[in-house]
Amino acid sequence: MKDDEPIILFDSVFKSFGDFQVLKGISLAIAPGERVVICGPSGSGKSTLIRCINGLETYDRGRIRVAGLALGTDEASRRAVRGKAGMVFQQFNLFPHLTVLENLMLGPMRARGMNRAAAEEIARRYLARVRIPEQADKYPRQLSGGQQQRVAIARSLCMEPGIMLFDEPTSALDPEMINEVLDVMAELAGTGMTMLCVTHEMGFARRVADRIMFMDHGEIVETAPPERFFSAPESQRCRDFLQKILNH
Amino acid sequence: MRKALILFAVALALTGCSGSWGWYVVNPTTPNGYNNVRFLLSGLQYTILLSATAISISIVAGLLVALPGLSNNRALRWASRVYVELVRAVPILVLVLWVYYGLPQITGLTIGVFWAGVIALALSDSAFQAEIFRAGIQSIARGQYEAAYSISLNYRDTMRYVILPQAIRRILPAIGNQIVYMLKMSSLVSVIGMQELTRKANELVVTEYRPLEIYTFLVLEYLVLILIVSAGVRWLERRMRTDER
Repeated sequence: MKDDEPIILFDSVFKSFGDFQVLKGISLAIAPGERVVICGPSGSGKSTLIRCINGLETYDRGRIRVAGLALGTDEASRRAVRGKAGMVFQQFNLFPHLTVLENLMLGPMRARGMNRAAAEEIARRYLARVRIPEQADKYPRQLSGGQQQRVAIARSLCMEPGIMLFDEPTSALDPEMINEVLDVMAELAGTGMTMLCVTHEMGFARRVADRIMFMDHGEIVETAPPERFFSAPESQRCRDFLQKILNH
Repeated sequence: MRKALILFAVALALTGCSGSWGWYVVNPTTPNGYNNVRFLLSGLQYTILLSATAISISIVAGLLVALPGLSNNRALRWASRVYVELVRAVPILVLVLWVYYGLPQITGLTIGVFWAGVIALALSDSAFQAEIFRAGIQSIARGQYEAAYSISLNYRDTMRYVILPQAIRRILPAIGNQIVYMLKMSSLVSVIGMQELTRKANELVVTEYRPLEIYTFLVLEYLVLILIVSAGVRWLERRMRTDER
């Protein structure tokens, strides 16, 4: 990968679910280390976009490159890209039959071919990083939502990806737990990790993002740094959206 | 359970009073009765061995049939479906007869009664196991696959470490059902001369002329076997229930 190449590149990407066009020719370029927040009304295609980046969704037309790799619709290229981009889900999706430590060790052992000792070391390191080292031997259901989401973040980090994708990571959390997760994410942003985050937490976006993208009806309507995005949005659709989520 | 047993014992005792019983045939304190009981029990090992072998094979075969049934490939899905529908439509007794008397004519190989029984039972049960596995695997949320894929696991490891361990916990009661069912259906293999519990009882009835007592003894043999299996499955369920929400 050349130094000036974007770490994520979309070139007129189209996708439909049946008759419904979710992505209408998305083009974007994200530089290594950049932190981008994607927002927009539900059904605007933001989740689909982020899920395309690590191959959880396929796309119909266009071109996607991630971390210097061409992402096709074939299984091999999707798996190659998944090693570079970690994903955190709205519903955590921890493995309920495994302990926290086992959740974290599974990827390093089975996908990165590490032995048990090395996998455990890396798992404990990232568990400490999300500030719950003492929960290593618990099962997911014994943890609070905020703790579960932090485990999920650590699980992705154990793959040591260059990119982290967050798909509404705090939407399923009780309000008092949102901040503990956002704090971990903000700390991560300080480490130079490339981050893409779909969220409605505008405080977080203002604090952490380099750029905010506003999506509506399968298009990126507007992209701007936070100050300009919040103070002087250019499009009417963006102004309407901001009014709805900020005025309460 | 205990109440049912007591009720059953009382019913037996009451009918026993009518004078039509002749429990001496299976009374182990008399030399003849002792020999008869030993004879009846000697079928036990075959019943257990036959059922255990058949069920082991059918669980593996069931999984191997279920997985292509869940694939994105239409031909694979269709093949799995056809197998399940065809095999499920054949009565077990017919399958036993077909495998023992029919199959050697195609293959040219003669199969012993034991393996004929195993093949017939395993084949028949594999279709049901496949449906159980399919339901179990389908009950696992999509997010579990996505999480596994997102940490770069391939399909095999996703199934092995994430999906199947959860699915198996959920389908354990259904598999327990099938084990009980197989134990009972193994009695059908007596028709081709397999020396299992039912066959032994049939043979003894011919010489002793006491069908009531001997078949009652047979009923109790199956009852005890199945109660043990049920307890085993429940123990396994408790042991595996560590974690789910």
